Amino acid sequence: MAEGAREAVLLRNITKSFPGVVANDRVTFDLQPGEVHALLGENGAGKTTLMNVLYGLYRPDEGEIWVRGRRVHLRSPRDAIDLGIGMVHQHFKLVAPHGVAENVALGLSGTPFWAPARTVGRQLKELSERYGLPVDPDRRVWELSAGEQQRVEILKALIRGAQVLILDEPTSVLTPQEAGELFKVLGRMKAEGHGVIFISHKLDEVLSVADRITVMRRGRVVGTVRAEETDKAALARMMVGREVVFRLTKKACQPGEAALVVEDLHARTDRGTPALRGISLAVCRGEILGLAGVAGNGQRELVEVLTGLRRPERGRVAILGQDLTRASARRIADAGVAHVPEERIRLGIVPGLSVEENLILKKHHRPPFCRAGGLRLAAVRQFAGRAIEEYRIMTPGPRTPAKLLSGGNIQKLILARELSGNPALVIAAHPTYGLDVGATEQIREILLRQREAGAGILLVSEDLEEIMELADRIAVLFRGEIMGTVLAGEATLEEIGLMMAGERRTVAVGEER
Amino acid sequence: MDWTSWLVGTVSRALAFGVPLLWGTLGEIYAERSGVVNLGVEGMMILGAYAGFAVAQTLGHPGWGLLAAAGVGALAALWHAFLTVTLRANQYVSGLALTLFGLGLAGLLGRGWEGRPLRAPLGAVAVPVLSDVPVLGPMLFRDQTILTYLGLLLAVVLWVVLFRTRWGIAIRSVGESPATADSLGISVARVRYLCVALGGVLAGVGGGYLSVAYRPAWTEGMTAGMGWIVIALTIFSAWDPLQAIWGAFFFGALYHLSFRLQAYVSPELLKMMPYAFAILVLAASGFGRARWRARAPGALGVPYVRGER
Amino acid sequence: MKRLGPLFLERRLAPPRSVVFGVSFLAVLVALLLAALVFWAYGVSPVRAYSEIGRGTLGTVGGLSDIVRRAIPLILCGVGLTLAFRAQFWNIGAEGQLLAGAVAATGVALFVRVPDGFRLPLMFLAGFGAGAVWAVVPALLRVKLRVNEVISTLMMNYIMAYIVEWLVHGPWKGPTMRGFAYTDMFPVSARLPLIAGTRIHWPTLAVGVLAAVVVALLLSRTRLGYEIRVVGQNPDAARYAGISFASVLALAMVLSGGLAALAGVGEVAGVHWRLRSPGHVSMGYGYTAIIVAWLARGSPIAAVFTALLFGLIFAAGDLMKTTLGLPFQITGVFNGLILFSLISSDLLMYWRVRWAPKEKAWTGQAGL
Repeated sequence: MAEGAREAVLLRNITKSFPGVVANDRVTFDLQPGEVHALLGENGAGKTTLMNVLYGLYRPDEGEIWVRGRRVHLRSPRDAIDLGIGMVHQHFKLVAPHGVAENVALGLSGTPFWAPARTVGRQLKELSERYGLPVDPDRRVWELSAGEQQRVEILKALIRGAQVLILDEPTSVLTPQEAGELFKVLGRMKAEGHGVIFISHKLDEVLSVADRITVMRRGRVVGTVRAEETDKAALARMMVGREVVFRLTKKACQPGEAALVVEDLHARTDRGTPALRGISLAVCRGEILGLAGVAGNGQRELVEVLTGLRRPERGRVAILGQDLTRASARRIADAGVAHVPEERIRLGIVPGLSVEENLILKKHHRPPFCRAGGLRLAAVRQFAGRAIEEYRIMTPGPRTPAKLLSGGNIQKLILARELSGNPALVIAAHPTYGLDVGATEQIREILLRQREAGAGILLVSEDLEEIMELADRIAVLFRGEIMGTVLAGEATLEEIGLMMAGERRTVAVGEER
Repeated sequence: MDWTSWLVGTVSRALAFGVPLLWGTLGEIYAERSGVVNLGVEGMMILGAYAGFAVAQTLGHPGWGLLAAAGVGALAALWHAFLTVTLRANQYVSGLALTLFGLGLAGLLGRGWEGRPLRAPLGAVAVPVLSDVPVLGPMLFRDQTILTYLGLLLAVVLWVVLFRTRWGIAIRSVGESPATADSLGISVARVRYLCVALGGVLAGVGGGYLSVAYRPAWTEGMTAGMGWIVIALTIFSAWDPLQAIWGAFFFGALYHLSFRLQAYVSPELLKMMPYAFAILVLAASGFGRARWRARAPGALGVPYVRGER
Repeated sequence: MKRLGPLFLERRLAPPRSVVFGVSFLAVLVALLLAALVFWAYGVSPVRAYSEIGRGTLGTVGGLSDIVRRAIPLILCGVGLTLAFRAQFWNIGAEGQLLAGAVAATGVALFVRVPDGFRLPLMFLAGFGAGAVWAVVPALLRVKLRVNEVISTLMMNYIMAYIVEWLVHGPWKGPTMRGFAYTDMFPVSARLPLIAGTRIHWPTLAVGVLAAVVVALLLSRTRLGYEIRVVGQNPDAARYAGISFASVLALAMVLSGGLAALAGVGEVAGVHWRLRSPGHVSMGYGYTAIIVAWLARGSPIAAVFTALLFGLIFAAGDLMKTTLGLPFQITGVFNGLILFSLISSDLLMYWRVRWAPKEKAWTGQAGL
């Protein structure tokens, strides 16, 4: 009798390494038909790598893959698809300018050569009714919300006859309510005999959706448990490898004068659609205002307007009492505003320049780094030495190209640069996104320290836990409007979730301060 | 000379001059739709022109010449594809190298053939019935070679393939988002190789047309920067094979007029017209709203590496 | 990591300088070997060809001076291009910028009344200005109207070439030149001095070497250089940091085009002493300079040496024409081959080859 005949999927002793890292170290994992098996671990634990191996995107260095009792060798995703494996990547693999039907038809065997999108559109309607996944096949992907795009991805897998569906961090772009909808769909799929692999680093949702949970840490499997036999604390211990403190120690908030006042701000997206529709908010020195919301509701545009990277249509932005509504990025930075950007590699660093050169970006044009058009290398070196030490940036040296640093150290480099000179206002977008627990903790501490030093901090994040932990007040953004502001101590997850889904809170708290 | 015969002559020659531009542009559109810029069009065209002439002269039939032009264009393009897709070299530099190399090699090999007329040029095909229509007949249907009609047909076929078939979806997806295509089991490399090779075939034929049909002789540097006009036309036509037709014949007219008007303006200034217009046309399409402006394929010029980390 | 028999192939993110140099050197050698095939196909023994070239260029004072003379415009254009390429601006227009300099210098030499002592400095100044203007146009077109600079700079090469043609056939045609398409000869005060016994117009050479040093310092030690590097490596980060893309690009192109134009001044004032058809003034220096800058990997100092290498190739082209009867186009083939072989070697630098460790060899994916 063949080994693993019962399992929908069996991965045995998978090892996969990249230059400098062993992403998967003899990992064994199995999935039964009709179950949801969660793969839990921090960022960088090797979950996605393992699933890319199962999906044929990476070839393992060692190890075996069995699908329904047969040993298989996956050379490309095509092989995986033919074996009934589908994957919804964390960053959707969709062609944004193309229509939904064209996206689904791409590479789909059995579609007619001529006008494939039309035929696929019909099949799509049928399938989306069966699983409760409504989408319009004729719309362009870029017009869809993140939740709708995810449905397209799931349908893409189902239309290819996926028996096994891999979902990589599927809830990161959803409101709590949308996530609930997704879990219902997963239930329906389970009932039809599909197996689901659910990748996540969020303990609560894993406990509520999964039948079994496998925890990974640093490329290895720590253990597999049944959901009903474990709890949050135990999982957290397995995931991080030590006791986890769920609360940071945080001194009471002592708000000072207004660092940032925004009144009736309007702006548009790159495509010309309205992004901000009358935002008003205030951040005081010494407090953290958390800005919650599902991605794509205007966070990016708000941050860009506040940092001078996007022109507002109307409204007013005042920083420390100075009107900087249409000021350039340089003027705003010079006025003492720090910006920790969302896309830290695309915006925050110049990959080919050295660590020390990256540390003076934005300040390179002013003394002490620049005199009469010339760079003062001694001052640069001195500053870099101090920053590397103070922020514990792990780098082979100050002249190493920044691109060689790990994600956490790149973020520390950016913080070291932005927080030098004690800015009055810090605008931090997703500051811990994608970082491991150690770096995350360190960066949260740095932000709190900055708050105690008297900076006002606008913290934009999709991670509700992070916002609840760090912020003093929480404002929720939905379709370019603020649904309400609550005190962090009094807010419940459900209340914030409702606001994230567009329910307005009638009584504004804290605005009068 | 009355103005109708002047007009007939001008349109007919403009059409004939637009043919190499059309073939070249159609090819470059496919290459760029799949995500690969090939700045070697000028090199592929001149190699095609040389090979077309040499083979047609040797074998005594223009068909063989055109076939050779297509083959040489394909070979040159495959070399570009190998460098940029497999070795992931910079597409701009590889294309420039191809042009430098092509111009040099064709000049080197063609020295002995210089100035001799082709003994078996490709003749014009008069379309039955249509060519007898007054004015329009001689304008469009009498003095054209088969490549004019084939080029127009090709533009339509390539448009249909690109926008109405499975292949088209695959090609456009590879050019917009290769990671997506890859995740659905489409071989990004294969699609790109094929599209770039097609681009080479069409550019080669475009070059071959010059030496075998348009001006049946070999002259060094006879492509005269047409390959670069093709690159501009690709942008101007918004990567759409049907729109390439208008652009190609407009520039064909400009080239032709730069000869035709020499009685009135000094020839050197006239000859700069197509190049000046290429800049003007691109600048003009830069005016206006972002919505009107056509977007280049999303992954144009970017080598694809699976799972880079 | 890949395993090839007993070898390991490992990716590396930043190749050390020695590897860059070694691989580039090998690439040039490979190109020369490929060129040997061309010789052979042409019925010339490659051994004979290369030994003739070696003797004729490196073996005599005249040959050496010819290399330097050919290298002068390549140094100036190449150094200018390193600036543009550092800003990731694909300036393919050095050829046209060079010609613009030649035109402006000719204008000053023949038609402007200045005291003799000021004539040459003014020619260099006017040349620089003309090249700067010719080069800044594509930069502005790119910034304001998003016109692809490869096309605009190339088209402007053609336009400038035809302007030169027009000038020498028309308005500037020298009355004393009896029907040839030349301007009149420059007055003596507009001719550059030569190093005795050679044809090296040393002031241009000095300007070129000085430019290389200045540009190197500019890139590493000044605010403008820093901003050029930031703009080139990550334009989004430049915007984030409040660096003006438009003005940095415009300044880089002013310098890039201006330097290329100085090469044109040197050619008309030091070699030809008149303006003539563009193919004679330049011989494709502007295009070759792209390879010069690419081979130098964006380092202006290295560009001086790579320019000398291509000066050698040009000198060899002259030689092959006279001694072996090979057409001058062979230099184009050479240049293309070198560029091909360079870019193919790029990927090579990012892999490190190691012996596989001794431990139990992995059996591979059975059944594949």
